[in-house]
Amino acid sequence: MPTKKTRVLIAKPGLDGHDRGAKIIARALRDAGMEVIYTGLRQTPEMIASAAIQEDVDVIGLSILSGAHNTICPQLMALLKAKGMDDVVVLVGGIIPEADIPAMKKSGIAEIFLPGTSTQDIIEFINKRLAVGT
Amino acid sequence: MPKPLCNAVPLPKFRLSHSIKVRTSYSDSQCRVSGSRAEMTDKSKTQTEIATPATPASPGSARRASPKEKSWKENTLKPTLEKSPERRAEFTTISGHPIRRLYTEADLPDWSPEKDLGLPGEPPYTRGIHSTMHRGRLWTMRQFAGFGAAEDTNARFRYLLAQGQTGLSTAFDLPTLMGYDSDHALSEGEVGKCGVAISSLADMEVLFDKIPLANVTTSMTINSPAAIIWAMYLAVAEKQGADWKKLSGTLQNDILKEYIAQKEYIYPPEPSMRLVIDTFEFGVKNTPKFNPISISGYHIREAGSTAIQELAFTLRDGLEYVEWGMRRGMDVDAFVPQLSFFFNAHNDFFEEVAKYRAARRIWHKAMVERYKSKNPRSWALRFHTQTAGCSLTAQQPYNNVVRTAIQALAAVLGGTQSLHTNSLDEAWALPTEFAATLALRTQQIIAHETGVANTVDPLGGSYFVETLTNEVERGAWDYIHKIDAMGGMVTAIEHSYPQREIAEASYRYQMEVDRKDKIVVGVNDFVTKESPLEILQIDETVAHRQAERLRKLRADRSQAEVDRRLNTLRTAARGKENLMPFIYDTVKAYATLGEICEAMRDVFGTYEEVAIT
Repeated sequence: MPTKKTRVLIAKPGLDGHDRGAKIIARALRDAGMEVIYTGLRQTPEMIASAAIQEDVDVIGLSILSGAHNTICPQLMALLKAKGMDDVVVLVGGIIPEADIPAMKKSGIAEIFLPGTSTQDIIEFINKRLAVGT
Repeated sequence: MPKPLCNAVPLPKFRLSHSIKVRTSYSDSQCRVSGSRAEMTDKSKTQTEIATPATPASPGSARRASPKEKSWKENTLKPTLEKSPERRAEFTTISGHPIRRLYTEADLPDWSPEKDLGLPGEPPYTRGIHSTMHRGRLWTMRQFAGFGAAEDTNARFRYLLAQGQTGLSTAFDLPTLMGYDSDHALSEGEVGKCGVAISSLADMEVLFDKIPLANVTTSMTINSPAAIIWAMYLAVAEKQGADWKKLSGTLQNDILKEYIAQKEYIYPPEPSMRLVIDTFEFGVKNTPKFNPISISGYHIREAGSTAIQELAFTLRDGLEYVEWGMRRGMDVDAFVPQLSFFFNAHNDFFEEVAKYRAARRIWHKAMVERYKSKNPRSWALRFHTQTAGCSLTAQQPYNNVVRTAIQALAAVLGGTQSLHTNSLDEAWALPTEFAATLALRTQQIIAHETGVANTVDPLGGSYFVETLTNEVERGAWDYIHKIDAMGGMVTAIEHSYPQREIAEASYRYQMEVDRKDKIVVGVNDFVTKESPLEILQIDETVAHRQAERLRKLRADRSQAEVDRRLNTLRTAARGKENLMPFIYDTVKAYATLGEICEAMRDVFGTYEEVAIT
């Protein structure tokens, strides 16, 4: 087991205010022993990238339900790359059409979690992914 | 189960989580929840801690089984249980409310059919607000629709009306809901995605083209910018030659539930409430048949609340609007008849039916006892229902047709006045025309084939339904009293009280699903491999069309006139006048939604919540 606690930024980008999922994930990861920072609503990709740097997180979890993922995700991935943060594991949860998933993964997003995913699956994914990385 | 406490001052912080505040260009005029709330918070200042209401007081202690029931228990039930135990140790509703094995007259010791049930169309309205209910007139079949640009949604509206839909309901996209024009930087990627993009009166004219507003009732799901969108609607009606006095429809305009649940707020509570009351006043004078508000539990439930929380927070919001209206100087019976409600229809059939029945009883009691209302039209709670979007599954989407049908049945048997049924593909996207048609057909089958609308309140008098109605009512009153003690709903919201209660309930439910204590078919049980569904996708050409239209609009209109009217609105916003006439003037000059919202942002500031997890 790593001695350092896993640090996760849960972010809610875009104009949408439906934060039920983001809040559940934040709490579930915290209950699983991770250090969780929740950004609150309406974060731009710039705000998320600088929060990720400031908080020195291992994982960024984005909650997107509005259909704006094809605009938001490429912007965030480009910013992270420019800031030398490409080792951060980026996860997306929400309503994502299956047809969009291959391109998102190609851009460096580690995993996309669709509606109905259990919180346990997400916790396991993060733990496994970070264990491989170290 | 863990219960959070509400600390009145300071705003509570939650362990191990904090919100990061990163300054942005659009929120630097933010006005946090302080400064101007003295009026509503005086009472709460003396209060530091309030216990959370438990599940409603169980009537179990007073339960006296009849000799026959006792003998049944001994001679019939006991041997059965010895042979084969029940499926679970405890049965609960989807909200976690305990359900007994059997309900008999012993569960209704103080219940009086005369007093607690009554007759339809008469207080306490348990059986419905009309004497003939759906025998007289079926509920309005009102499917929520909106996507792309105005012309796309106009075509869907006209299609739905041609299929026998009896009212319209408009979904706006996120930029519109947040008061940004389609060409604003923050609108990027969101234009036309979750609803229709409306940036000016010009778009509204296209949206209702060839739809006679004098004959169709229209509902508009818009909150922070509600006064502006309503002004645009009224301008279109005027242009069509429709008499405002005869216009019928509903504006959602329920800002309190935005702070509580859906989070599409712009301004702080005080000026937001002023705008709401401005629409009430304007409506009483100019549009007596239009509902200026739809006080909504739907979004509270979607955010993860229990049925009792949905009911309690919604009705307490309603009481808050009544009090603010009366404080403005309006007579309670002058404006309350125009207030309407909106509830969710979730999966737990009987709990939902009980919720609607209890809602009518609570509202009647509050109007008569608290506000001394003399007008029966103020006592009768009218409501729209939408089946639960959050109950839809992305997996095995055709199962959603079945869920929706059963939820819709609960709404009908609970006495709804109008209904939206969700489409099978809405866990993935906005509905395709095929899916939207099937959803409408679901209502038509309930109305015309099942026979459930042939008699009034067919579930009335059931020991179970009446007991559950009592329990749900009691649970809601507990919450209402607690929020009263905090100093009202605005104060409760500022202290994150309803937000926290909902977050707790939502997390509890998710854990139950993850543990398979609650089964969701196709998600945590009965899982199969499946292929992707065909869904509606909105591409970026909508945003380009909108940007071009806005460019042309700004070139064609008189900028001097727009500026003059926006300045007049700013000045009025600094004072105390009703803002509706000023907003109407700006709209008529083709000022955009974003410009009008920005003018009011200059005066009111913006709101940012304390994020809780």
